[in-house]
Amino acid sequence: MNLDTVFFLILAAAAVITAAGMLLNRNAIYAALFLILNFATVGIIYFTLSAPFVALTQVTVYAGAIMVLFLFVIMLLGAEKLPYGEGSLRTQRLVAIGLAVVLLVEAGYFMLVKQPGLFLNPAQAGEFGTVEQIGRALFNIYILPFEITSLILLAAVVGAIMLTRIEKIQRAGQTGGEEQR
Amino acid sequence: MVNEFLPIGVLIILAVALAIVVPTLGYLFGPRRYVPAKSRPYESGMTPFGPGTRRVSVRYYMIAVLFILFDVEVVFFLPWAVVFKELGVPALIEMGLFALVVVVGLVYAWKKGALEWE
Amino acid sequence: MTLDFTPILPFMIVAGAALALLVLDLFWPVRLKWLTPLLAAASLLAALVVELGQANYLRAGLSNMVIIDNFSVFANAIFICSGIAAIALAYDYIQRTGINHGEYYVLMLFSISGMLLMSTAADLIIVFLALELLSVPLYVLTGFARPRLDSEEAALKYFLLGAFSSGVLLYGIALLYGATSYTSLHGILSAVSRGTADMPLVVVGAAFLLVGVAFKGGVVPFHMWAPDVYQGAPTSVTGFMSVGAKAAGFVALLRIFVVAFPPVAVELTSVMNFLASLTMLIGNIAAIGQRNIKRMLAYSGIAQAGYMLMAFVPFGNKAIINDSVASMIFYLAVYAIASFGAWAVVVAVEQAEGRGLDIDDYAGLGRRYPLLGVAMLIFMLSFIGLPPTLGFWGKFYLFRSVIEGNYIVLALVGMLASLISAYYYLRVVVMMFLHDGANITVRRNWLLSGLVGVSALAVLLLGLMPGPLFQMAADALLRL
Repeated sequence: MNLDTVFFLILAAAAVITAAGMLLNRNAIYAALFLILNFATVGIIYFTLSAPFVALTQVTVYAGAIMVLFLFVIMLLGAEKLPYGEGSLRTQRLVAIGLAVVLLVEAGYFMLVKQPGLFLNPAQAGEFGTVEQIGRALFNIYILPFEITSLILLAAVVGAIMLTRIEKIQRAGQTGGEEQR
Repeated sequence: MVNEFLPIGVLIILAVALAIVVPTLGYLFGPRRYVPAKSRPYESGMTPFGPGTRRVSVRYYMIAVLFILFDVEVVFFLPWAVVFKELGVPALIEMGLFALVVVVGLVYAWKKGALEWE
Repeated sequence: MTLDFTPILPFMIVAGAALALLVLDLFWPVRLKWLTPLLAAASLLAALVVELGQANYLRAGLSNMVIIDNFSVFANAIFICSGIAAIALAYDYIQRTGINHGEYYVLMLFSISGMLLMSTAADLIIVFLALELLSVPLYVLTGFARPRLDSEEAALKYFLLGAFSSGVLLYGIALLYGATSYTSLHGILSAVSRGTADMPLVVVGAAFLLVGVAFKGGVVPFHMWAPDVYQGAPTSVTGFMSVGAKAAGFVALLRIFVVAFPPVAVELTSVMNFLASLTMLIGNIAAIGQRNIKRMLAYSGIAQAGYMLMAFVPFGNKAIINDSVASMIFYLAVYAIASFGAWAVVVAVEQAEGRGLDIDDYAGLGRRYPLLGVAMLIFMLSFIGLPPTLGFWGKFYLFRSVIEGNYIVLALVGMLASLISAYYYLRVVVMMFLHDGANITVRRNWLLSGLVGVSALAVLLLGLMPGPLFQMAADALLRL
C-alpha cells in the first residue's frame, strides 16, 4: 500500500461516514451540514484524480451555493425535525435494506473477486482535467453549450421571481396590471 | 500536478489545525464558570423568545437563487481567466455574451424588487 | 477560429428577442404592454423566414454541435408556427384570467428557442441543454396561474418529474460517453462501428435516453404526470405544451436513434414496439373515462405520442427509415394543426375560474355556435384519422410505413386504438350538437376565432390535397 492508496481509503471512509450521517440524522439541518462535508470529501477525491476543476466546482457550486439553497428551503418549510415512528415506510425500508445488501455483494464481487485491485488504481487523467484544458475546450468547441447555459440560468431566475412574488397573492384575480414598484 | 496545489493543501491543513488548536488551548487554560445566562442562545443581546426554528421568509430563497446564478458564473470565469491570453478577443466576446445574459437576469431581479426587503 | 452562426440563426433571433423583451417589458409603461406579444410574434415570424430560407441548406456548424438539414427546417417551422399559434391562444386568455405578465411571452420564447436547438442537435450535450432550456420555462408557465392551487400543484409535479427525467437522460448520456468516449452522434456511431465501444453500456445508455425523453413526451408507462399537469396548467399553456414540448422531444430522439443507434436496433426495436403499442392502447382507453376536456385531450395527447412512436420502430432499417421519418414528421405537423384548433376551442369555451371545462358543458354549443361546432367536428375527425381531414393522411402514411417495415401486429394495434378513440372524440361532437345544455357564452375574440378558423380550414383543405405538405415532409431527410 502506497501513500496514495492510504489517502484514498481515508477519503473514502470519510465520504461514506458523512453520507451515512446525512441519511441517519433526524434533524434536517444537521443532515444538510453532513452533506456539505460529504461534498467537500468527494471534492478532494476528484482532486486526487487529477480533476482540479471538477473539485473546485464541487466545492463552490455544490458545497457552496446549492447547500445554501438547501438550508434555506429547509428553514422555509420549517421542516427541520423528522417525526418519529413512520409506520408506512417500514416495509419499504426492509426492501431497501435487502436491495442495498444485494448491491453491496455485487459490487464487492466485481471489485474484489472479478477484477481485484482495479478500484485502487484510478485512471490517471494527466493533462486532461486541468483548468487550462477545460478552458480551451469550453471556449472553442463547447462554446454553444456554454452560452445556452446562461440562457437556462436566466430562465430559471425569471421563473424563481415569477413564482415567489409575495404581494401578488392579495391582488390575485384582479386585472393583470404589472406591478410597478 | 499535485505539487502545484501544495500551498492550498498547506493552507487547508493550517486552517483546520488552527480551528482545533485555539479552542483546545482555551479549553485547557481558560477559567470555567457556568451561569444560566451564558448557556442561553445569543441573540445580539436581546432576551431570546420563541423557538429557534421559525419558518424564514421566501425572500431568503430568492437571494439564494441569485447567489447560485452568480456562483455558476464565477465557476465559468475561472477557466476563462486561465486561458484568456491564449484565446484573445473571441474569448472576450464569448464571455461578454454570457455575462450579458446573466446581467439581464440581475437587472430583471433588481427591477422586480426581488432584492428589496419590505 | 471562425464561427459560423448560420445554423443557429433562428435560435439566435428567438433567444435574442426573448432577452430584449424581458428587459423592455420591465421598463416600458403599462399602456405599451400590448407590444410584448406583438414583438414576440414578430420575432417568431422573422425566425420563420430565416428558417425557411435555410431549406436545402445542409450544414453542420459550431464544432459539429449542431446540424441543419431539411428535417430540422421542417421541424423548426412546426415549432415556430406553434409558437405563433400559442401567442394567439394566450393573448386574450391571460388577460381575462388575470395573469397578463409580459414574462409569459418571454418564457414562451425561451422555450421555443430550446425547441429550435433540439431539432438541430448533433451532440448529446446540446440535446440535454436544449431540453432544459425548453422545459424550465414550461415549469414556470405551468405554475403561472399562481396562487390558483391546481396550477401550483401541476407546476410542482411537472417540475419534479421533469427533473427526474432530465436526470435519467443525463445518466444515459454519461453512460454513452463512458462507453464510446464521445458525446457527438457521429462519434458514438463511429466508435460503435469500429468496435471500440462497450456495447452493453451503449444499449443501456440508449435505453436511458429513450426513457428520459419518453417521460417528457408522456409515453406510457411514464405518462402519469401528464393529465394532472395538463389540467392544472393555464389552458393556453397546455395547448402549447401538448404540441411543442412533446414534438421537440420526439424530434431529437428520432435524430439520435436514426443517426447514432442503428447498431443497437436489435435490442431496442422490440422495446420501442412495446412502448408504442402500450401508449396507443392505454392513452385511448383512459381517455374514454374522462369528464374534463383538458384531461381528455391530455390522454388523447398521450395516445398521439404512441402513434408518433410507431415511426421509431423501424429505426434500424435503412431501407425504409426515410419513409418512416417522413411519415412521423408529417404526422407531427398534422397533429400540431388540429391540436391548436381544438385547444383554441377549449380556451374559447372556458369560463371564469375554471368552469366550462367539463365535457358536459359543451352540450348544445354546436347548435348555438354552428361554426365553432363544425370546427370542433373537423378537429375531432382529424384526431381519429377519418377522411376527408388531414388526420386521415397522417395516419395513412404512418401505418403505411409501419406495414412496409413488416410490423403488422403494431399496425393492427394502432388501428384498434384509433377505433377506440373514435368513441370519446365523437362524444364531444355529439354533446355539442345533440344535447341541450346550460347557457355558456363562448368568448369571442378575433385572435381565437382566427386560430380556430385557420386550423379548421388547414385541416380540411390540406386534407383534400395533402400532396404538397407530404412532399415537403418526404424531402425532410435526416442527414445520416
